[in-house]
Amino acid sequence: MSSTQETVDELVQTGYEHGFVTEIESDTVPPGLSEATIRTISAKKQEPEWMLEWRLKAYRHWLTLDAPAWAHVAHPPIDYQAISYYSAPRKKTDGPKSLDEIDPQLLDAYNKLGIPLEEQKALAGVAVDAVFDSVSVATTFRKNLADVGVIFCAMSEAVREYPELVQKYLGSVVPHTDNYFACLNSAVFTDGTFVYIPRGVRSPMELSTYFRINEARTGQFERTLIVAEEGSYVSYLEGCTAPMRDENQLHAAVVELVAMEDARIKYSTVQNWYPGDEQGRGGIYNFVTKRGECRGDRSHISWTQVETGSAITWKYPSCILRGNDSVGEFYSVAVTRGKQQADTGTKMIHLGRNTSSTIVSKGISAGAGQNTYRGLVRMAQRAEHARNHTQCDSLLLGDQCGAHTFPYIEVRNPTAKVEHEATTSKISEDQLFYCRQRGLSEENAVSMIVNGFCKEVFKELPLEFAAEAQKLLSITLEGAVG
Amino acid sequence: MLSIRNLQVTVDDKPIIQGLNLEIGAGEVHAIMGPNGSGKSTLSHVLAGRDGYEITGGEVLFDGQDLLDLKAEERAHRGIFLAMQYPVELPGVNNMVFMRESLNAIRRARGEPEFDAVTFMKRVREKARLVDLDDKLLKRNVNVGFSGGEKKRNEILQMAMLEPRLAILDETDSGLDIDALRIIAEGVNALRSPDRSMILVTHYQRLLDYIQPDYVHVLVDGRIVRSGDKQLALELEAKGYGWIAGEAAA
Repeated sequence: MSSTQETVDELVQTGYEHGFVTEIESDTVPPGLSEATIRTISAKKQEPEWMLEWRLKAYRHWLTLDAPAWAHVAHPPIDYQAISYYSAPRKKTDGPKSLDEIDPQLLDAYNKLGIPLEEQKALAGVAVDAVFDSVSVATTFRKNLADVGVIFCAMSEAVREYPELVQKYLGSVVPHTDNYFACLNSAVFTDGTFVYIPRGVRSPMELSTYFRINEARTGQFERTLIVAEEGSYVSYLEGCTAPMRDENQLHAAVVELVAMEDARIKYSTVQNWYPGDEQGRGGIYNFVTKRGECRGDRSHISWTQVETGSAITWKYPSCILRGNDSVGEFYSVAVTRGKQQADTGTKMIHLGRNTSSTIVSKGISAGAGQNTYRGLVRMAQRAEHARNHTQCDSLLLGDQCGAHTFPYIEVRNPTAKVEHEATTSKISEDQLFYCRQRGLSEENAVSMIVNGFCKEVFKELPLEFAAEAQKLLSITLEGAVG
Repeated sequence: MLSIRNLQVTVDDKPIIQGLNLEIGAGEVHAIMGPNGSGKSTLSHVLAGRDGYEITGGEVLFDGQDLLDLKAEERAHRGIFLAMQYPVELPGVNNMVFMRESLNAIRRARGEPEFDAVTFMKRVREKARLVDLDDKLLKRNVNVGFSGGEKKRNEILQMAMLEPRLAILDETDSGLDIDALRIIAEGVNALRSPDRSMILVTHYQRLLDYIQPDYVHVLVDGRIVRSGDKQLALELEAKGYGWIAGEAAA
């Protein structure tokens, strides 16, 4: 009715609370992409020759590719020559030796985001790597982690300090030939996080990376690599925000996970890149390739994502279940409002025997948001007794938004079992009236119903972040009623 | 406590309530009976503040204050409770959490301190016994997978928790077997008090065997055509609505 329409309209006016810009002097290379750009990046990072060669090989391959057009999203063509591929806060000294030497402006920026980098103020039990534009500016609790043999550092540092590990695993899950954006990332990636958990070690803390894009006209191309050796365990979380800008900014990341025998990796994302304004101006293009390989028997990889930001999201955190009895999981909440578009889902590639996977996808569309679930479940010929269960639910708020589901199922083994369930629902007038009659405001009622809808996914998040995700969702959907 | 004066309501330009008058004093229980389509549910919804109804005339005063300008939740804060004919399912929303949010929202609006978890739990358990509702249902999602009778009992439990000043029971008896009806009626009777008024909206007089009303009104075509005491309900049961409707038309 009329009040409903008004509240739907209010929805798109909800502010973005991380939209500030940090005024900091930075070292930014001019826009443009060429072999020279890549050589510059590599030189700035003091990389060994093999790394430069690796990048150049990817770049030459990228030149032969066309941008993919199959996703259910629309955007003007991206001018790759208009983007700056490297931007780093200018260092006042030779480089911070300890947290005390970090530019106070940067500490302040992260404090504003609720991510204190001073260890004494940090969330107990969570180590943070802070990536600002193209570089990692701080990594906390490294010593505590090193004591048990866990390596947790910036990718650029890993390239220099642990070349044999990086060479062995980088690109082994997502090769540069994988897809257009992964290939671009391989050529120009600037920083990201490297995690190595030795055999039998259970990481004593949650590891997390907080990505921040600050500079205008730059892209962020980070690369994350997590290797969990036999019998180890790690839980990793990433968060992301960006200032409000009128232009679209490209974020093309690659994340690779490797789980050896009996290892378990739990990877959680709370993505809140700037989504653009109500007219669809600005916002991040979030074109990300995330893939984990359960390389060893009985290994386990689980992806949990809460996607509320970005103008366009294009990502499919996937699992290759190579080891026998390995397990892959994907839990996702994706919210689109205003003019946001999301094409997201997962791929579960079953290669080993008795492998099993679970997919739970919750899509929420409000305003003029378009939300697409795209998922592939492939049971290879030798995947005896592999099983998958997929549940794919869409919730619509208002009558201008859309929900789309594209499940792809390929079964080449007769003993495999694949289940797919899907629902689409709206928050009904009856439900809202019921809640309001019990004294709840419309906003509280919507937030309660939406949180209920997402509960199965939120319970997969590490405890500290489940509350944050719930809060984020209620801010995102303030006034969204349909 | 509640005064309805010459109330006129249309839905999609179709007149449903056409000049309804009703005075309800503190502690009184009024039954409103009427055939299908007489406007009973519309009246319940309009009093509770549901959107989608156009008030074309008249006024409704609650404690002397205009009720019709208030939003549904504001009416709830002032003590109006509607036990729904079709209680809604809220998937993923825990029943206990829902009741606590509801109770505390109302308490906040009144400037009263919120209930802490312990006090709240104690109170829920105590009230759940009143309607013989299994503890297991408290832990489930609101009305999801509840039987018809369980849903209605859950409504009365919420009413007991919220302690409204005016409770409107919209066809609470519909779809109940005789045992469930008795349990619910006992729960409602236990909640009768000198400062709590009730409106029982019902199609059948069966409910009134268990909950004795002080007044009975017959609603036909959006108007109260006859008022009386419990006797009127029995007469209706015997003669049917046609009897009064015929008189009203004459």
